[in-house]
Amino acid sequence: MAEEVFWGILKFVIVLTCVFLSIPFVILAERRFLGFMQDRYGPNRVGPGGLLQSFADVVKLLFKEEIIPAGADKALYLLAPALVLVPALCTFVVIPFGPNAQPVDLGIGVLYILGLASLGVYGIVLAGWSSNSKYAFLGALRSSAQMISYELAVGLAIVVVVMMTGSLRLGEIVNEQAGPLRFWWAGQLVEVPFLPNWLALKPLAWPALLIFLVGGFAETNRAPFDLPEAETELVAGYHTEYTGMKFAMFFLAEYANVLTVSAMTVTLFFGGWHGPLLPPLVWFLLKMSLVVFLFMWARATLPRIRYDRLMQLGWTALLPVGLANVVALAFYHILKVGYGTI
Amino acid sequence: MLAHYGVVAVAVAIGLLTAGAFLLISHLSSLVGEGKPKEAKLSPYECGVEPVGDARQRFPVKFYVVAMLFIIFDVEIVFFYPWALQFRELGLLGFWAMAIFVTILVVGYLYLLRTGAFEWEWWEERPVTRALEEAVPVGVAQQGTGN
Repeated sequence: MAEEVFWGILKFVIVLTCVFLSIPFVILAERRFLGFMQDRYGPNRVGPGGLLQSFADVVKLLFKEEIIPAGADKALYLLAPALVLVPALCTFVVIPFGPNAQPVDLGIGVLYILGLASLGVYGIVLAGWSSNSKYAFLGALRSSAQMISYELAVGLAIVVVVMMTGSLRLGEIVNEQAGPLRFWWAGQLVEVPFLPNWLALKPLAWPALLIFLVGGFAETNRAPFDLPEAETELVAGYHTEYTGMKFAMFFLAEYANVLTVSAMTVTLFFGGWHGPLLPPLVWFLLKMSLVVFLFMWARATLPRIRYDRLMQLGWTALLPVGLANVVALAFYHILKVGYGTI
Repeated sequence: MLAHYGVVAVAVAIGLLTAGAFLLISHLSSLVGEGKPKEAKLSPYECGVEPVGDARQRFPVKFYVVAMLFIIFDVEIVFFYPWALQFRELGLLGFWAMAIFVTILVVGYLYLLRTGAFEWEWWEERPVTRALEEAVPVGVAQQGTGN
């Protein structure tokens, strides 16, 4: 048991180090890509091709004067960035990067991630409330309403995944998606060669995949759902009053969340580490990079949606569709097993 | 089993330590350098204009409505999880039990939809209600609103 704990902790520390080392380059990649999409260069001066840009930014942030605005609730003001960062980092303990690269395969891995994702709301609300700035306050209000609304839809999408794989354990969800594509047709099990058994290839999981992606964009407050920090109206939203390393904590947490959502999309819908020829870890990181790229692509392409449309989309489109997906899956199962009359 | 949660506990501790280290580092600059606080520098940002009043004011009640709706639906969605794990083994009994539950959920959802709980700018445009009225025949829609 002690050995298991030791290896789990070691793996988590390694994963966390990799996350911290990769985030500067993800940020750089995003800025260069946005530059490419907007027909400009993006940062390309610091180091070869701008590779060291993020490290230069960190140095700048380190030397910033520490400012705590007058009228701010000091304790909460300092606590808020920590409350955002801690859940963002702790999610990585259950992510299955490879057959042996998962720090710990919790029996309730999916629920653990969902729970930590909702904890992030506290930090954002407290950041907005404690700053004593109107922009921060409005950003925090918007953000909390947005995040809790989309959490429902994401919860339903994950119910669909749990129904199709029969487990809350992330490692098992990945293993269920091994081998060639299988499905029931006219009372027998059909196997399709050359296609993987990913949930993303099963029509009954398509609505769930769509909801999960849209919800993931909204949960991480990323474009086109970045209303909490809509710079055209709210300056920077909930972190308007933060400078230096405290701002960096919000920034890190945002990108850590993007990595978590990407990893979860790959785990739940795209077969996790499974793939031919290449080693499992390479497959996982490859798929994950593609989803991260999707995040950047959406940010470069889609305009920000209006707040009332955002709430409408969450409550009157994603939620019913998710529920319909669950019901459809239940009916499909009854038909498959063939109870005769229901 | 316990070992798993031991790792998670240590992971949370590592997360807390990391966040603490960040806060310490952010405090370093004020230890090393001389801070020059001025009234204008410490005032909350309002686009360069002198801040007006306190930021913690009353805010629209619709945020409370969203919070209440969230609690109701979140609890109901949590009820799906045990069933989703076991629905193959539960068979027809589980199917019918869940059918009753989903029916109640859908009736509640339709009630909220009809009363305009999902409208954001409900006093102005009411797009959800309007779309409903266009989809549902006039007589039925009028019965529904109780006008």
